[in-house]
Amino acid sequence: MSKSALPDPFQDARNTKGFGTVNDQDDPVTMVLGLKDVRKCAHNWKTFQSGGEEVGRIVVPSEQAIRDTRQIPFEVDPPQHGDYRALVEPWFKRPLEDEYKARLATIIDELLDEVLAMDSVEVVEEFSLKLQSRALTLLLNIPYQEAEVWIGWGTHVFRSDDTALDAGKANILYDYIDQQIEKASNQPGDDLYSVLLASEINGKKLTKEEVKGVMILTFAGGRDTVINAVTNTIAYFAEHPQSLARIKAEPEITGKAVEELVRYFSPLTHMGRVVTEDTQVCEHAQKAQSRISLCWASANRDERVFENANEVVIDRKINPHVAFGFATHNCLGATHARQILHILLTALADKVTAIEILDHTDNIEDWDEFKRKVGFDALTVKFN
Amino acid sequence: MAKITFITTDNEHIVVEGESGSAMELAVQNGVQGIDGDCGGVCSCATCHVHVAEGDVAKVGPASEIEQDMLELDDNVTERSRLCCQIDVSDELDGIVLHVAG
Ligand code: FES
Repeated sequence: MSKSALPDPFQDARNTKGFGTVNDQDDPVTMVLGLKDVRKCAHNWKTFQSGGEEVGRIVVPSEQAIRDTRQIPFEVDPPQHGDYRALVEPWFKRPLEDEYKARLATIIDELLDEVLAMDSVEVVEEFSLKLQSRALTLLLNIPYQEAEVWIGWGTHVFRSDDTALDAGKANILYDYIDQQIEKASNQPGDDLYSVLLASEINGKKLTKEEVKGVMILTFAGGRDTVINAVTNTIAYFAEHPQSLARIKAEPEITGKAVEELVRYFSPLTHMGRVVTEDTQVCEHAQKAQSRISLCWASANRDERVFENANEVVIDRKINPHVAFGFATHNCLGATHARQILHILLTALADKVTAIEILDHTDNIEDWDEFKRKVGFDALTVKFN
Repeated sequence: MAKITFITTDNEHIVVEGESGSAMELAVQNGVQGIDGDCGGVCSCATCHVHVAEGDVAKVGPASEIEQDMLELDDNVTERSRLCCQIDVSDELDGIVLHVAG
């Protein structure tokens, strides 16, 4: 079996029932699996809410026990959601600017040159984590050196290797963010912390707690997702050198390739919602106050919509995937993530002729009846 | 060469010209407010939603099934809705008007 392949464990359940069930800390979650159903539920934010009383409950596994800061705008529903979103959206669209792109390209080029000179590279720690951390300094608009701190945390700052929830680890991040907010409030600059601290919604300054909510989301939302996407990309091109050659020969397909890779990888498997009224999901009764999850990974393999759903079709033209979510709460960091992958593909096509996988350990998520490979815990390669 | 007019939600009229590619690409190149084209035109983001002007519907043609499924859930959908990344620019489209759905 190919090492870069991510099989679809949801197929049977998707086609027979349309849903699956996950037991999360005795608070079960109905996983919605088909693309149309996932979209419909994502769109219906009134019945399937992200806000609500219990902070952290929409995440699966639930973070209720380890977090009481509301992540913003992720855990706020309309109409307030729109105010927060409008405030942060222009900042998160900066990756479209030429200067940002040029700086990101420099970061990626330097890192590639570094690993090209090495005999072997453990991609997760020595490539993806570094790339994600260094790129994040651009998104926050803070000095490049700060990336060293986050690299030092390792890949799992919010979760430990064996347990999904680890309050001690999460606290490293929370304490760090508190400190940075204090620093920015004493000495404002042009970084994201300072910009948020100076922002107002409806004539009211954002509180430090609200700023913290945005910052936690920025750190947490874009960490293992980007690391997985980058690592999977390297594994994919190692086994499909002809795709890399195509990107070199036809750079105009790069954008389509990025969308197709994120569809296939679906770096975030699913995201939960809390049900506000008795309803039905895939003809299955769903009680008020229970939870569902929108399984992006399953929806993105729905063969009723995607031809050759389990293959990477590198120039797929119509690709209505939901890898960045869908509707109101679609991914705020998508522009940054897309730009990272776009520049990475360009740089790989330019500098790398072949990648050889020397060793690998799969990262398999355990969702009860479904075991999903989401990427790698470790991947050792040689770049040529 | 086709001339396409975009009318934004602020009623700004922007005339763009092109021979190939999609109407979304022309809109993005010309900075049409409200057409973001986040997914680059693969029918995944719905940030390129337009309403085709009444007289131009026949020229532009209907949305595909996949496109309709996307549009169905958009808040401002009408029967003249299209995702303009799925509208290929060609001479036949010369003179059409697209209203940004916003
Ligand atoms: S540009 Fe994304 S759907 Fe048209």
